[in-house]
Amino acid sequence: MAEETPFGVYVHIPFCASRCDYCAFATWTDKAHLVGGYVEACRAAVGRFVTEGRPATSVFFGGGTPSLIGADLLCSILELIPTQPGAEVTVECNPETVDTAKLAAYRAAGVNRLSFGVQSMLPHVLASLGRRHDPESVLKAAAAAGEAGFAGAFNVDLIIGGKAETVSDWARTVEAVLALDPPPVHVSAYSLTVEAGTPLARDRSRHPDPDDQADKYLLADDLLGAAGLRWYEISNWAAPGSECGHNQLYWAGGEYRGIGCAAHSHAVNPDTGVSRRWWNVRTPERYAALVASGGDGEACGESLDASQRRAERLLLALRTSNGVPESSLPGWREDPVLARLVEPASPGRVSLTREGRLLANEVALRLVDPGF
Amino acid sequence: MNLAKIRNLSVVAHVDHGKSTLSDRILELTGAVDARDMREQYLDSMDIERERGITIKAQNVRVGWKGHTIHLIDTPGHVDFGYEVSRSLAACEGVVLLVDAAQGIEAQTLANAYQALENDLEIVAALNKIDLPAADPERYAAEIEKVLGVPASQILRISAKTGSGVPELLDAICERIPPPSGDPSAPLQALIFDSYYDQYRGVVSAVRVVNGILRSGDRVRFMQAGRVHDVEEIGVRTPTNEPVGELGPGEVGYLIAGIKDVGEARSGETVTSAGAPAKAALEGYRDPKPMVFCGLYPIDGDEFSNLREALEKLRLNDASVTYEPETSGALGFGFRCGFLGLLHMEIVRERLEREFNLSLIATAPSVEYLAHLTDGTTVVVHSPSEMPEPQKLESIEEPYLQATILTPSEYTGTLMDLCQSRRGEMVRMEYISPERLELVYRIPLAEVVMDFFDALKSRTKGYASLDYEQSGTDQADLVKIDILLNGVPVDAFSAIVHRSEASAYGRKMTERLRELIPRQMFDVPIQAAIGGRVIARETVKAKRKDVLAKCYGGDITRKRKLLEKQKEGKKRMKNIGRVEVPQEAFIQALRLEE
Ligand SMILES: Nc1nc2c(ncn2[C@@H]2O[C@H](COP(=O)(O)OP(=O)(O)OP(=O)(O)O)[C@@H](O)[C@H]2O)c(=O)[nH]1
Ligand code: SF4
Ligand SMILES: [Mg+2]
Repeated sequence: MAEETPFGVYVHIPFCASRCDYCAFATWTDKAHLVGGYVEACRAAVGRFVTEGRPATSVFFGGGTPSLIGADLLCSILELIPTQPGAEVTVECNPETVDTAKLAAYRAAGVNRLSFGVQSMLPHVLASLGRRHDPESVLKAAAAAGEAGFAGAFNVDLIIGGKAETVSDWARTVEAVLALDPPPVHVSAYSLTVEAGTPLARDRSRHPDPDDQADKYLLADDLLGAAGLRWYEISNWAAPGSECGHNQLYWAGGEYRGIGCAAHSHAVNPDTGVSRRWWNVRTPERYAALVASGGDGEACGESLDASQRRAERLLLALRTSNGVPESSLPGWREDPVLARLVEPASPGRVSLTREGRLLANEVALRLVDPGF
Repeated sequence: MNLAKIRNLSVVAHVDHGKSTLSDRILELTGAVDARDMREQYLDSMDIERERGITIKAQNVRVGWKGHTIHLIDTPGHVDFGYEVSRSLAACEGVVLLVDAAQGIEAQTLANAYQALENDLEIVAALNKIDLPAADPERYAAEIEKVLGVPASQILRISAKTGSGVPELLDAICERIPPPSGDPSAPLQALIFDSYYDQYRGVVSAVRVVNGILRSGDRVRFMQAGRVHDVEEIGVRTPTNEPVGELGPGEVGYLIAGIKDVGEARSGETVTSAGAPAKAALEGYRDPKPMVFCGLYPIDGDEFSNLREALEKLRLNDASVTYEPETSGALGFGFRCGFLGLLHMEIVRERLEREFNLSLIATAPSVEYLAHLTDGTTVVVHSPSEMPEPQKLESIEEPYLQATILTPSEYTGTLMDLCQSRRGEMVRMEYISPERLELVYRIPLAEVVMDFFDALKSRTKGYASLDYEQSGTDQADLVKIDILLNGVPVDAFSAIVHRSEASAYGRKMTERLRELIPRQMFDVPIQAAIGGRVIARETVKAKRKDVLAKCYGGDITRKRKLLEKQKEGKKRMKNIGRVEVPQEAFIQALRLEE
């Protein structure tokens, strides 16, 4: 029997307790009163657009801070989403918003993976990022995850390059995360990015130094590798078999349905090969209003023809350890730049070297469409 | 026309002392322009003149006053346009020398007065702006008497703004300025003292008839150009063009003869009758030579041919601009242009951009050097790229100016420092009044072109004024500095500087470029070098990280579009020594230079 084509469902929960300085996500700190109505809208959307369709191979609750809303509310959305047996179901959590009871409720409702927004294990670095939680809450959250049955099933998100962070600070953060009990099976380490319009963007003195970030990235790769977490995408490392299936779906150019404000969807027409990507309106009020009046909340979209899709898939694949077909970087061995940035992966494919991962943009600019 | 009743004069003065405003009052008082049509600085007709409040081009006008016919020429005060004054004087018997009664004699006042004296012209001096509270006519009348020898009792006091004293000034013009002389029956000799291009009429020339009579329909010969033309129209400016049948000796008017190129009706040209020509041409004058040069490049390379066309058209009205095609590795195709000075350069560039809708980038201004080579030959160098290799050079000569500075005496020290630091040599220092001083220096033109005028103004709170004239050339220890990117020279940044300033220039340019050039896949050395010797060096460190951290569902579209844009941008980069440089970086670096 042919393998089921993967299909992901993403649910966006646009509420946070406070806003981090660098954050440009669609999330709000002053709309707690909207939570009930918003959850209803998501349930209605799931009922209309997902339940009748195919069962999901992965479900991802992202935000925002999904763990901020009551577990019952979150689970009331989840219960409407049909899933394949063995489907991966992830909830993003902020460490200070969880306890064993909440996590156990997730677990009972079918959640089998968590992702904690940790960013740093040092208070002064967290402060320089404008984050509220303290490292202590991370230890507690990990313990609670263990107790609720998520040992070996959680990820930790880190941020590279807060202004107050020295290289040894960074090493301490990575080591502290690896020493959590139970330890994470997956770590995402994102270089701090300055997003327009954020408080960080306005404060030039806190902008990250790319050279410093490069040093820390390589250090992280060393430490995580030594702990048995293998690099598999620009910013992601996992124990073998613990890669995030939902994110791999994005990187493979697969199909997914976004529920909630600002969520993106992607659908492929199997007959024409043309795909469509669209995204929902940005605010929870407008989303709820549109869904209430029978709409799906779409703000805007684009069609991708076969060649655009190929270009996009190459772009995404390049970022992964799977790499791209050698033919999309013709002459790479002779090119003094490319020869440093890519290396053979599986037969007929090349993937980024460590230096190349940091300069993936430079490589992407050289990609050519091999036509398949 | 009765010669005895004609008065021909130019209004001359330092910048802003009120020449054009006086001309306004005269146009009004004599009824040449209706009150209802009057506007300030009526004769400044170009947009750029009106916006900047300065006169760029001399304008002549005929007015009547108590039975006299007065031809008045309003001249520009700025030193770049000094040649307009000398041309105008050739058509006159006298000048009105205006002096701001709140400022006294300034550098161009002296230059203009000396020129009038050299030409044997009668000077009618007037202190203007006596309405100003700060006016001190007594004091400045004494100064004029002392410096220019005009008796204080003969100096009029006027306000060009209120009109007070202007009728008396017109009377004084009629009384004191001698009428022209000339023989109506002699062969025609008429002097062209200005020409401009009108898109409907072709070249319109300002003429002063010296001998004989110029008639509409005559066949005339331009003696210098050696060409024969039919006079289509002659007339007088009142200030609108009014055709007349003939112009006799002493009369000033305009001439249209179907000429398409101002180059064929140059100032200083003698017009004579084709049938009965004069034996000799009038004493003409040389065209002003450009003193300052720069490369002008269209920011959009596709606009090169538009720039060529624009320069051709602009030159029809301003024969003092020169241009030759030039190629730059950094900036593409453009022109090396010559100008009379920095203001002229600025104005030409602005007119090109505005009147022809172009966006231009200008390289740093340079002057004209003479390079003597070891093989005995001499090369004229207008741009750093034309400078021969140091090994082939025997010596270099650079142009000098004689600069006259008038300043309140308390700034003498700081100005002497300034001139010295710019390699100036003092020629003379003289008190023109107990508080004010004339400093005369011989100084390299290249130093003045840098930012001398600004430095002078800022060191003296704006009180000092500057005039200059060319003063030959001198040998100097000059070097050409190249700026190299990854070992390859970037022509747009080469410069010819005095050896003592070489390392400062080198450091400044290398530092600036280090900030502007994006990091590449390898370390990029930026060097300043003289010949093969590096005198300054910076490095743009190799780029280590450019990857976007996240690429999830919501980031993919953005990421793809960004990459598409970057791919486009990469195509437009200039490739110099394997270094990809956005043209914007060059433009930025040159803008900062200004
Ligand atoms: N108060 C006062 N201001 C005057 C008088 N005459 C001229 N001005 C002002 O002085 C400034 C310069 O006047 P212009 O007539 O343009 O001077 P200009 O000599 O023609 O200047 P250039 O052509 O640039 O050399 C203007 O702002 C005039 O309004 C005057 O008698 N009294
Ligand atoms: S917790 Fe996450 S979504 Fe919320 S403000 Fe911070 S970075 Fe943004
Ligand atoms: Mg004027």
